[in-house]
Amino acid sequence: MTITNEAPAAVPVKLDARGLKCPMPIVRTAQKMRELASGQLLEVVATDPGAVADFAAWSRTTGNELLESSTDGGEFRFLLRRK
Amino acid sequence: MTAPTIELERELLEAAVSEAPVEEIEAVPAIGAGEEEAVRQLVIINWSGELDKIWPTLIMSTAAAASGYRTKVFITFWGLLPFVKDQRRIVGENWMQKMLTLMQRPGISHLKLSKMNFLGMGPWMIGKLSKQYNIARPAELLEAAQAMGVDFIPCQMTMEMFGLTRDDMIDGLGEPAGAATVLELMTEPNTASLFI
Repeated sequence: MTITNEAPAAVPVKLDARGLKCPMPIVRTAQKMRELASGQLLEVVATDPGAVADFAAWSRTTGNELLESSTDGGEFRFLLRRK
Repeated sequence: MTAPTIELERELLEAAVSEAPVEEIEAVPAIGAGEEEAVRQLVIINWSGELDKIWPTLIMSTAAAASGYRTKVFITFWGLLPFVKDQRRIVGENWMQKMLTLMQRPGISHLKLSKMNFLGMGPWMIGKLSKQYNIARPAELLEAAQAMGVDFIPCQMTMEMFGLTRDDMIDGLGEPAGAATVLELMTEPNTASLFI
Protein backbone atom coordinates (compact mmCIF):
# COMPACT_ATOMS: atom_id res chain seq x y z
CA MET A 1 0.00 0.00 0.00
CA THR A 2 1.28 3.43 -0.85
CA ILE A 3 0.73 6.51 1.19
CA THR A 4 -0.20 9.56 -0.81
CA ASN A 5 -0.92 13.15 0.05
CA GLU A 6 -4.64 12.53 -0.43
CA ALA A 7 -4.68 9.80 2.20
CA PRO A 8 -5.39 11.91 5.32
CA ALA A 9 -8.62 13.27 3.86
CA ALA A 10 -9.90 9.88 2.67
CA VAL A 11 -8.90 7.73 5.64
CA PRO A 12 -11.07 8.62 8.64
CA VAL A 13 -9.52 9.57 11.94
CA LYS A 14 -10.76 7.09 14.56
CA LEU A 15 -12.26 7.82 17.93
CA ASP A 16 -13.01 5.08 20.44
CA ALA A 17 -16.00 6.16 22.53
CA ARG A 18 -16.84 2.65 23.71
CA GLY A 19 -17.95 2.49 27.34
CA LEU A 20 -18.66 6.22 27.52
CA LYS A 21 -22.11 7.39 28.58
CA CYS A 22 -24.09 10.51 27.76
CA PRO A 23 -22.90 13.20 27.19
CA MET A 24 -19.27 12.06 26.86
CA PRO A 25 -19.44 10.47 23.34
CA ILE A 26 -20.45 13.78 21.75
CA VAL A 27 -18.12 15.76 24.04
CA ARG A 28 -15.12 13.66 22.98
CA THR A 29 -16.32 13.83 19.35
CA ALA A 30 -16.58 17.63 19.47
CA GLN A 31 -13.10 17.85 21.01
CA LYS A 32 -11.66 15.55 18.33
CA MET A 33 -13.41 17.52 15.57
CA ARG A 34 -11.58 20.67 16.68
CA GLU A 35 -8.28 18.98 15.79
CA LEU A 36 -9.45 18.13 12.25
CA ALA A 37 -9.46 20.27 9.13
CA SER A 38 -12.62 21.01 7.18
CA GLY A 39 -13.64 18.02 5.04
CA GLN A 40 -11.72 15.46 7.10
CA LEU A 41 -13.54 12.30 8.16
CA LEU A 42 -14.01 11.03 11.70
CA GLU A 43 -15.14 7.53 12.58
CA VAL A 44 -16.58 7.11 16.07
CA VAL A 45 -17.37 3.77 17.68
CA ALA A 46 -19.67 3.89 20.71
CA THR A 47 -21.59 1.44 22.88
CA ASP A 48 -24.17 3.82 24.41
CA PRO A 49 -27.52 3.08 22.67
CA GLY A 50 -28.50 6.74 23.25
CA ALA A 51 -25.67 7.77 20.94
CA VAL A 52 -27.68 6.78 17.83
CA ALA A 53 -30.22 9.57 18.34
CA ASP A 54 -27.62 11.93 19.83
CA PHE A 55 -25.16 11.75 16.92
CA ALA A 56 -27.97 12.45 14.44
CA ALA A 57 -29.07 15.46 16.52
CA TRP A 58 -25.50 16.64 17.05
CA SER A 59 -24.86 16.44 13.30
CA ARG A 60 -27.99 18.52 12.51
CA THR A 61 -27.10 21.10 15.18
CA THR A 62 -23.43 21.55 14.32
CA GLY A 63 -23.59 21.03 10.54
CA ASN A 64 -20.93 18.30 10.63
CA GLU A 65 -22.37 15.77 8.18
CA LEU A 66 -23.28 12.28 9.43
CA LEU A 67 -22.38 10.12 6.42
CA GLU A 68 -23.06 6.74 8.00
CA SER A 69 -24.71 5.41 11.13
CA SER A 70 -24.53 1.65 11.54
CA THR A 71 -24.88 -1.03 14.20
CA ASP A 72 -22.63 -4.03 14.64
CA GLY A 73 -23.65 -6.22 17.55
CA GLY A 74 -23.54 -3.96 20.59
CA GLU A 75 -21.42 -1.33 18.86
CA PHE A 76 -22.55 1.76 17.02
CA ARG A 77 -20.41 3.26 14.30
CA PHE A 78 -20.71 6.84 13.07
CA LEU A 79 -18.88 8.34 10.11
CA LEU A 80 -18.77 12.13 10.21
CA ARG A 81 -17.34 14.77 7.94
CA ARG A 82 -15.92 17.94 9.50
CA LYS A 83 -17.80 21.04 8.39
CA MET B 1 -44.91 82.71 4.44
CA THR B 2 -46.82 79.56 3.44
CA ALA B 3 -45.03 78.97 0.13
CA PRO B 4 -41.55 78.43 1.57
CA THR B 5 -43.00 76.18 4.28
CA ILE B 6 -44.70 73.95 1.70
CA GLU B 7 -41.51 73.96 -0.35
CA LEU B 8 -39.52 72.87 2.72
CA GLU B 9 -42.01 70.14 3.59
CA ARG B 10 -41.86 68.82 0.04
CA GLU B 11 -38.08 68.79 0.16
CA LEU B 12 -38.12 66.92 3.46
CA LEU B 13 -40.67 64.45 2.11
CA GLU B 14 -38.66 63.84 -1.05
CA ALA B 15 -35.53 63.35 1.01
CA ALA B 16 -37.32 60.86 3.26
CA VAL B 17 -38.73 58.90 0.29
CA SER B 18 -35.40 58.79 -1.52
CA GLU B 19 -33.66 57.53 1.61
CA ALA B 20 -36.19 54.85 2.47
CA PRO B 21 -35.46 52.28 -0.27
CA VAL B 22 -31.72 52.55 0.34
CA GLU B 23 -32.25 51.58 3.97
CA GLU B 24 -34.39 48.61 2.95
CA ILE B 25 -31.83 47.34 0.45
CA GLU B 26 -29.11 47.56 3.07
CA ALA B 27 -31.25 45.94 5.75
CA VAL B 28 -32.31 42.82 3.81
CA PRO B 29 -28.93 41.15 3.25
CA ALA B 30 -27.82 42.09 6.77
CA ILE B 31 -30.76 40.20 8.33
CA GLY B 32 -30.27 37.24 5.96
CA ALA B 33 -26.59 36.96 6.80
CA GLY B 34 -27.35 37.26 10.51
CA GLU B 35 -29.80 34.35 10.44
CA GLU B 36 -27.33 32.12 8.67
CA GLU B 37 -24.59 32.84 11.20
CA ALA B 38 -26.92 32.86 14.24
CA VAL B 39 -25.27 31.18 17.21
CA ARG B 40 -27.53 29.17 19.48
CA GLN B 41 -27.20 29.91 23.16
CA LEU B 42 -28.00 28.02 26.34
CA VAL B 43 -28.38 29.99 29.57
CA ILE B 44 -28.80 28.10 32.85
CA ILE B 45 -29.46 29.65 36.22
CA ASN B 46 -27.84 27.13 38.52
CA TRP B 47 -29.52 27.81 41.84
CA SER B 48 -29.36 24.40 43.53
CA GLY B 49 -26.27 22.93 45.10
CA GLU B 50 -27.66 19.42 45.10
CA LEU B 51 -26.08 16.45 43.34
CA ASP B 52 -29.19 15.46 41.39
CA LYS B 53 -29.54 19.00 40.00
CA ILE B 54 -25.90 19.94 39.45
CA TRP B 55 -25.55 16.75 37.42
CA PRO B 56 -28.10 17.65 34.70
CA THR B 57 -26.82 21.26 34.73
CA LEU B 58 -23.33 20.00 33.91
CA ILE B 59 -24.55 17.40 31.39
CA MET B 60 -26.70 19.92 29.50
CA SER B 61 -24.07 22.67 29.53
CA THR B 62 -21.28 20.31 28.41
CA ALA B 63 -23.46 18.83 25.66
CA ALA B 64 -24.50 22.33 24.55
CA ALA B 65 -20.90 23.53 24.34
CA ALA B 66 -20.02 20.35 22.40
CA SER B 67 -22.88 21.15 20.01
CA GLY B 68 -21.57 24.63 19.32
CA TYR B 69 -23.91 26.53 21.64
CA ARG B 70 -22.57 29.56 23.45
CA THR B 71 -23.18 28.32 26.97
CA LYS B 72 -23.53 30.48 30.07
CA VAL B 73 -24.24 29.13 33.56
CA PHE B 74 -25.10 31.72 36.17
CA ILE B 75 -24.26 30.22 39.56
CA THR B 76 -26.17 31.60 42.51
CA PHE B 77 -27.24 30.84 46.09
CA TRP B 78 -26.68 27.14 47.00
CA GLY B 79 -25.49 26.70 43.43
CA LEU B 80 -22.30 28.62 44.29
CA LEU B 81 -21.05 26.03 46.79
CA PRO B 82 -20.17 23.27 44.26
CA PHE B 83 -17.89 25.83 42.57
CA VAL B 84 -15.87 26.42 45.72
CA LYS B 85 -12.49 24.66 45.63
CA ASP B 86 -12.92 21.03 46.67
CA GLN B 87 -10.35 21.17 49.47
CA ARG B 88 -12.01 24.14 51.23
CA ARG B 89 -13.80 22.81 54.30
CA ILE B 90 -15.38 25.89 55.90
CA VAL B 91 -15.65 29.20 54.09
CA GLY B 92 -17.05 32.61 55.00
CA GLU B 93 -16.10 35.52 57.20
CA ASN B 94 -18.53 35.43 60.10
CA TRP B 95 -19.88 32.58 62.23
CA MET B 96 -23.19 32.32 60.34
CA GLN B 97 -21.49 31.93 56.98
CA LYS B 98 -19.08 29.39 58.48
CA MET B 99 -22.02 27.54 60.06
CA LEU B 100 -23.78 27.26 56.68
CA THR B 101 -20.77 25.65 55.02
CA LEU B 102 -20.24 23.44 58.07
CA MET B 103 -23.73 22.02 57.44
CA GLN B 104 -23.26 21.87 53.67
CA ARG B 105 -19.64 21.16 52.79
CA PRO B 106 -18.72 23.06 49.61
CA GLY B 107 -16.97 21.57 46.57
CA ILE B 108 -17.99 19.53 43.52
CA SER B 109 -17.11 16.23 45.26
CA HIS B 110 -19.24 16.85 48.37
CA LEU B 111 -22.76 17.16 47.03
CA LYS B 112 -25.93 15.94 48.72
CA LEU B 113 -29.05 14.51 47.09
CA SER B 114 -32.27 16.54 47.22
CA LYS B 115 -34.12 13.37 48.27
CA MET B 116 -33.03 10.08 49.82
CA ASN B 117 -29.79 11.59 51.09
CA PHE B 118 -29.88 9.38 54.24
CA LEU B 119 -26.85 11.05 55.87
CA GLY B 120 -24.70 10.49 52.81
CA MET B 121 -25.81 6.93 52.09
CA GLY B 122 -27.74 8.07 48.98
CA PRO B 123 -24.86 9.98 47.34
CA TRP B 124 -22.51 7.11 48.20
CA MET B 125 -24.78 4.64 46.39
CA ILE B 126 -25.21 6.98 43.41
CA GLY B 127 -21.40 7.29 43.31
CA LYS B 128 -21.02 3.50 43.31
CA LEU B 129 -23.67 3.08 40.60
CA SER B 130 -22.20 5.78 38.36
CA LYS B 131 -18.80 4.10 38.63
CA GLN B 132 -20.34 0.69 37.87
CA TYR B 133 -22.05 2.04 34.76
CA ASN B 134 -19.11 4.25 33.80
CA ILE B 135 -21.16 7.46 33.99
CA ALA B 136 -19.21 10.73 34.08
CA ARG B 137 -19.30 12.21 37.59
CA PRO B 138 -19.86 15.93 38.29
CA ALA B 139 -16.14 16.63 38.86
CA GLU B 140 -15.27 15.10 35.48
CA LEU B 141 -18.17 16.90 33.76
CA LEU B 142 -17.14 20.22 35.28
CA GLU B 143 -13.63 19.76 33.93
CA ALA B 144 -15.03 18.88 30.47
CA ALA B 145 -17.43 21.85 30.60
CA GLN B 146 -14.61 24.29 31.34
CA ALA B 147 -12.42 22.72 28.65
CA MET B 148 -15.28 23.12 26.14
CA GLY B 149 -15.64 26.80 27.00
CA VAL B 150 -18.76 26.84 29.20
CA ASP B 151 -18.84 30.21 30.93
CA PHE B 152 -19.69 29.94 34.64
CA ILE B 153 -20.72 33.33 35.99
CA PRO B 154 -20.89 33.70 39.80
CA CYS B 155 -23.60 35.87 41.34
CA GLN B 156 -21.92 38.85 43.00
CA MET B 157 -24.65 39.38 45.60
CA THR B 158 -24.85 35.80 46.93
CA MET B 159 -21.06 35.49 46.90
CA GLU B 160 -21.02 38.37 49.37
CA MET B 161 -23.84 36.89 51.44
CA PHE B 162 -21.94 33.61 51.82
CA GLY B 163 -18.70 35.53 52.45
CA LEU B 164 -17.03 33.90 49.43
CA THR B 165 -13.96 35.44 47.80
CA ARG B 166 -12.65 34.81 44.27
CA ASP B 167 -9.86 32.83 45.91
CA ASP B 168 -12.40 30.44 47.50
CA MET B 169 -13.84 29.65 44.06
CA ILE B 170 -12.34 27.29 41.44
CA ASP B 171 -10.20 28.79 38.68
CA GLY B 172 -11.61 29.78 35.30
CA LEU B 173 -14.91 31.31 36.42
CA GLY B 174 -16.25 34.42 34.70
CA GLU B 175 -16.50 37.88 36.24
CA PRO B 176 -19.18 37.99 38.98
CA ALA B 177 -22.36 39.62 37.70
CA GLY B 178 -26.00 40.27 38.57
CA ALA B 179 -29.61 39.80 37.51
CA ALA B 180 -29.56 42.34 34.67
CA THR B 181 -26.66 40.52 33.00
CA VAL B 182 -28.59 37.23 33.09
CA LEU B 183 -31.79 38.84 31.82
CA GLU B 184 -29.93 40.31 28.88
CA LEU B 185 -28.46 36.89 28.03
CA MET B 186 -31.82 35.13 28.42
CA THR B 187 -33.58 37.46 26.00
CA GLU B 188 -31.01 37.23 23.23
CA PRO B 189 -32.21 35.50 20.03
CA ASN B 190 -31.86 31.70 19.64
CA THR B 191 -31.50 31.28 23.38
CA ALA B 192 -32.85 28.51 25.59
CA SER B 193 -33.02 29.32 29.29
CA LEU B 194 -33.28 26.95 32.23
CA PHE B 195 -33.60 27.45 35.98
CA ILE B 196 -32.21 24.40 37.77
